[in-house]
Amino acid sequence: MLNRKDLLGIKELSVEEINLILDTAAGFKDVLGRDIKKVPTLRGRTAVNLFFEPSTRTRTSFELAAKRLSTDVINFSVPTSSVVKGESLIDTALTVQALGADFIIIRHSSSGVPHLLAKKLMASVINAGDGTNEHPTQALLDAFTIREKKGKIKGLKIAIVGDITHSRVAKSNIYCLKKLGAKVRLIGPPTLIPNEIKGMGIDIFHDMEAGLKDVDVLMTLRIQMERQGKGFFPSTEEYSRNWGLTSERLSLAKDDAVVMHPGPMNRGIEITSEVADGPNSLILDQVTNGLAVRMAVMYLLEGVKR
Amino acid sequence: MRILIKNGHIIDPSQGVDGVGDVLIQNGKIKEIKRKKSGGPPFPKGEGKGRGKNPGLRTIDASGLYVLPGLVDMHVHLREPGFEYKETIKTGTMAAVKGGFTTVCCMPNTYPVNDNASVTEFIIRKAAQEGFCTVFPIGAVTKGQKGEELAEIGTMINEGCIAFSDDGQPVMNSLIMRRALEYSKTFDVPIISHCEDLTLSEGGVMNEGLLSVTLGLTGIPAEVETIMVYRDISLTALTGGRLHIAHVSTEGSVNLIRDAKKKGINVTAETCPHYFSITEDAVKGYNSNAKVNPPLRTVRDIEAIKEGLRDGTIDVISTDHAPHHVDEKLREFDMAPFGISGLETALSLSLKLVQQGILSLNHLVKKMALNPAGILQIDKGTLKVGADADMVIVDQNKEFKVEAERFVSKGKNTPFEGWVLRGMPTLTISKGRVYEW
Repeated sequence: MLNRKDLLGIKELSVEEINLILDTAAGFKDVLGRDIKKVPTLRGRTAVNLFFEPSTRTRTSFELAAKRLSTDVINFSVPTSSVVKGESLIDTALTVQALGADFIIIRHSSSGVPHLLAKKLMASVINAGDGTNEHPTQALLDAFTIREKKGKIKGLKIAIVGDITHSRVAKSNIYCLKKLGAKVRLIGPPTLIPNEIKGMGIDIFHDMEAGLKDVDVLMTLRIQMERQGKGFFPSTEEYSRNWGLTSERLSLAKDDAVVMHPGPMNRGIEITSEVADGPNSLILDQVTNGLAVRMAVMYLLEGVKR
Repeated sequence: MRILIKNGHIIDPSQGVDGVGDVLIQNGKIKEIKRKKSGGPPFPKGEGKGRGKNPGLRTIDASGLYVLPGLVDMHVHLREPGFEYKETIKTGTMAAVKGGFTTVCCMPNTYPVNDNASVTEFIIRKAAQEGFCTVFPIGAVTKGQKGEELAEIGTMINEGCIAFSDDGQPVMNSLIMRRALEYSKTFDVPIISHCEDLTLSEGGVMNEGLLSVTLGLTGIPAEVETIMVYRDISLTALTGGRLHIAHVSTEGSVNLIRDAKKKGINVTAETCPHYFSITEDAVKGYNSNAKVNPPLRTVRDIEAIKEGLRDGTIDVISTDHAPHHVDEKLREFDMAPFGISGLETALSLSLKLVQQGILSLNHLVKKMALNPAGILQIDKGTLKVGADADMVIVDQNKEFKVEAERFVSKGKNTPFEGWVLRGMPTLTISKGRVYEW
């Protein structure tokens, strides 16, 4: 079991804890392959999806993971909540807890919100993405997917391409993959890669062709349209020309390189359909594995309290 | 009513006093100051409580303690009018007196903004009625602090403003800043600049660096401050106005100010205790009580600021006392307001500089009393005969633990919670009254 109440980020996790989650997820993945995909493990528990930012895939994944564990799930999303009436974050969270939530799965546009709630609440807080800080379950499912496909993570050359500065997925993946012994490199325009990150022992490439050489795993990130016109890059077209993942560029990586994307994709911008739907793509495996990993996280956190 | 403070170690750089002696106060003014060695007739013996041979004489034994002029804080936010839930003139000045300050200058970012004579008049009147210490308002440079049109500086001076600042906001328009530095020459008052290039700091909530990246918080690079420090120094050289740079937080600013002073440009500068006491590390764990603007920086900046204090580049230690309600700080880090409640920890944190050998106590008194009074041209920060009897007695060995719950300020927002500090004010005399802790 994990020796912690909350899952706030990968930063705080030890290698042993990460491996425990991945190993446990493997067990749950077997369950998901059965005819009856539900186990009674967490029957009688309640999980609340507290999403202050729009999300479909992560919310659905957590919802289904909870249901597969026989946990009741409530979805609490901003447009229908009292937040629009001016309720404070803490009050909203306390209200949700008072309803009897054992797990509060939170997504928020401000970094550190899960940490604040974790201090104030008895319930287990699971970070489903906070600002530009972390998205730990995404990194765990990515690690799970790589491990499943490649048999290991240690020693692999892994490139993350795109907007690192604003990506909590990238941050969590950097911490996770580094801890598991991968060689991580970042590729993208200098405006979207914080220079300070070099201090973490990570190589930075602005030239995509150079960066892709001999890479085992390629993760492309979604380019958010709202970055356009803010001076990060002149246009999505120019971005695509320089950092879009095409078949030609993919051929620079190792022959058995795999391609990942946390979704949702902008086809034709950061990745071409040819690559996204091609034989090297693990994009749909990521989604499936997300379910198993989230089941594992809930199961392991619940063990702490009982 | 007379008060005799006996046997204290008096430090008053305004008249070069640094030694054991007595101070006699009569009718709220310094009547006499006498060093032990200087001889002359002794002061009348007091019996305390106004009885005995000298009725009306209260004697305070300050043996083993320091007697300093009441401290002058040229940068506080008293929040009144408009934000009385954060602080009032009454509670803010109470916090000042508890912290050893007997004069505070309040910034104009109230609601309404102190950009006209009637708000100034309100603050002066309220402070006279309810204030525990002397309050001098600082007026806005521009109407509504919008940075567009000059406020009625001359009229506000007539009502009691002693300096002008859009603090909380920079005057982004260089032409308006130029005009402010020029126009204010008429009245010989300083323009206090909050140096922040808003276009560069956009969205920032803490110092920019590896830590901001790993916390996922938007950074404010040091250049946000230095760019504006350089601009304002340049405009001061151009106009011959008087510039005072508020809350210096970076090494680059210290260097620019040092160079400007060497060139004879009329610039003064202040820093605050949090900028020489703690680094950005205080933000870890998303501690919104360490969210302040300018942001807490790095060890390197702290060292540069200490050097700037030591060599005289930085003239003043102010608090930038910025009280906020607990509910405002207990929220998303991005949305929590900037600011630290500083009045009740400032002197003790600054005494660390004396303990570390960076400043002598005499120097510290200059930075916290004489220099700000000089910059503002107010008759404070001195124990000269005839001056207001504003003073503070400091026990340099007394330790206390910082507990925000015990602050008299409404603002409990301190990043120093739980710190044990050595040296604190034990008695303050302000507006003729004695406050003891």
